[in-house]
Amino acid sequence: MSAPPRYTLDVTNGQAVLDLEGDWTVHTLGKLQPELSRLDVPDESKLAVDLADVGRFDTAAALLLDRIACTNGQDEIEVLAGTEGMRHLIEQARSLRPKPEEEIGPDDTHGFVDLLERTGRTATSFINEVIDTLAFFGETIVSMLGALIRPARMRWSALVSVMEDSGIDAVPIVGFLSFFVGMVVAFIGATTLAEFGATIFTVELVGISVLREFGVILTAIILAGRTNSAFTAQIGAMQMRQEVDAMVTLGLDPLEVLVVPRALAMLIMTPILTLVSMLFGIGGGAFVSWVALDINPTVFFNRLQDLVPLQHFWVGMSKAPVFGMVVALIGCRQGLLVGGSVQSLGHSTTKSVVQALFSIIVIDALFAVFYMELDI
Amino acid sequence: MTGQIAIRVRDLKTAFGHHVVHEHLDVDVYDGEILGVIGPSGSGKSVLLRAIVGLKKPAHGTVEVYGDDVSGLEGDALRSVQDRWGIMFQDGALFSNLTVRENVMVPMREHTNLPVPFMRQLADQKIRMSGLETKDGDKFPSDLSGGMRKRAALARALALDPPILFLDEPTAGLDPITAGAFDKLVRELQRALSLTVFLVTHDLDTLAATCDRIVVLGEGHVIASGTMQELQRMDHPWVQEYFCGPRGRAATAGVK
Repeated sequence: MSAPPRYTLDVTNGQAVLDLEGDWTVHTLGKLQPELSRLDVPDESKLAVDLADVGRFDTAAALLLDRIACTNGQDEIEVLAGTEGMRHLIEQARSLRPKPEEEIGPDDTHGFVDLLERTGRTATSFINEVIDTLAFFGETIVSMLGALIRPARMRWSALVSVMEDSGIDAVPIVGFLSFFVGMVVAFIGATTLAEFGATIFTVELVGISVLREFGVILTAIILAGRTNSAFTAQIGAMQMRQEVDAMVTLGLDPLEVLVVPRALAMLIMTPILTLVSMLFGIGGGAFVSWVALDINPTVFFNRLQDLVPLQHFWVGMSKAPVFGMVVALIGCRQGLLVGGSVQSLGHSTTKSVVQALFSIIVIDALFAVFYMELDI
Repeated sequence: MTGQIAIRVRDLKTAFGHHVVHEHLDVDVYDGEILGVIGPSGSGKSVLLRAIVGLKKPAHGTVEVYGDDVSGLEGDALRSVQDRWGIMFQDGALFSNLTVRENVMVPMREHTNLPVPFMRQLADQKIRMSGLETKDGDKFPSDLSGGMRKRAALARALALDPPILFLDEPTAGLDPITAGAFDKLVRELQRALSLTVFLVTHDLDTLAATCDRIVVLGEGHVIASGTMQELQRMDHPWVQEYFCGPRGRAATAGVK
């Protein structure tokens, strides 16, 4: 167990001696430090310390004594009694004194001005992000066209592998979630429509909502959470281990090798996943209608065919490739932006998911306005 | 050398699944010495370090630090002995979201009740002690060069003035001049703070320049130990090749 540190300041004939006892270590100094840092030692030339009764003594204690000497304007510490090691530490503390201009000022303040500054920075960085993303989009399109013109340069195996990883492997979760969302829509619709005796309109409700919005939006959101973050993490990890730099020096274009196969794979797979999502969503609606509303599947699907125009399906489908590209491009771009540290990988992954979700919702809203104007 | 034993490892066995890394391994580290640990890649040098500091649970055997058994300690019991040592990991393992000064302050915040302004002063002192400048304290680890990162990691390892310092490959990946300066720093700090140093390395120059004693790991246990000169006279094939190859001769020639 360590003995608590104690000190006495003896002033005799203008000569001040600081007499210490107990253990003076980084663990024991906490209580004593504020008091000691304000200690006023009258002697002018040097600080005399008596360390004869001190048990343990470490660099923190040496620094503390040195600070006392500094604040009292004394240049030297005279050790009246103490071991060689203690003298050594005190001498070391003196030799490591900070230069006057390096003394630490008060902590940085986070005031109102800081808030304004951060707001400004965020606003400009948002605008720059949008511009850079669009530029990246353009570059990728050019690379993709290049790959289409010269199919031999296309990484077919990478393309197929990404299609499996982010497309086929996502079918269960897309189907499952869409089924449940379809069920929920049917339930909510049925309870509300029942008040008007119009339960049968549940069919139109499920049909239109799933075909036009839910199918594609659900797929896009699942891909944003699942595939987009995976893209960022894969490419980011490669970036961290300088694999991307190695690629460039070997004459490979990272856009062509990493981004184009992913973008193309998503372009192909998102419509397919959207179709899966629509089928399962309508299936969920039909299931609820059958079990809870006594609308049997034959009636359900006949009514669906008769009263839900095909254009809703095409409206939903038309958004799928766009969302697929958004997910792929944002994921790849954030991956390529990862720097050298682990922290930046986490930061980029978060950013990429947030940006993807944000873009999907905004683009969906734009589509809604666009189709409304076209009366589709 | 006082002869008092700082770390005593007895009959240590560590294993990953069926893969046994150490078996019947005995090592003593004397108080106040710099012990170099060498061995072929995969001989478990770093695993031994991890086993001593409690990062890897030994399958069998004991590890005593200043007479207290620390093997298999967990939670609070482990935390109470952790201030006896500081560890510098191979790549520094600095927290990348904190500045260098904040990195050095982490152990202080965790283990002491010092007022924050004094903690900052003490952290700056440690930063200067490791050969960095005070203003480097404001930088983030990603802004530092490899050599500076190692120095910052050393400053963090020394934050609580531990009696024992573990260094894992302190000079790996540094240029010879930086590595030489780092060796000198370790030697100086060891003298100034009377540290016991446990140093895992591959660098013959570091061994020659800093270590009082060297332990050779291989085949799961200690094959040889002694000073560099003693090891050179040993007739174990790996030891011979290690010290009497061209690089080994150059390193020992540099010391003489």
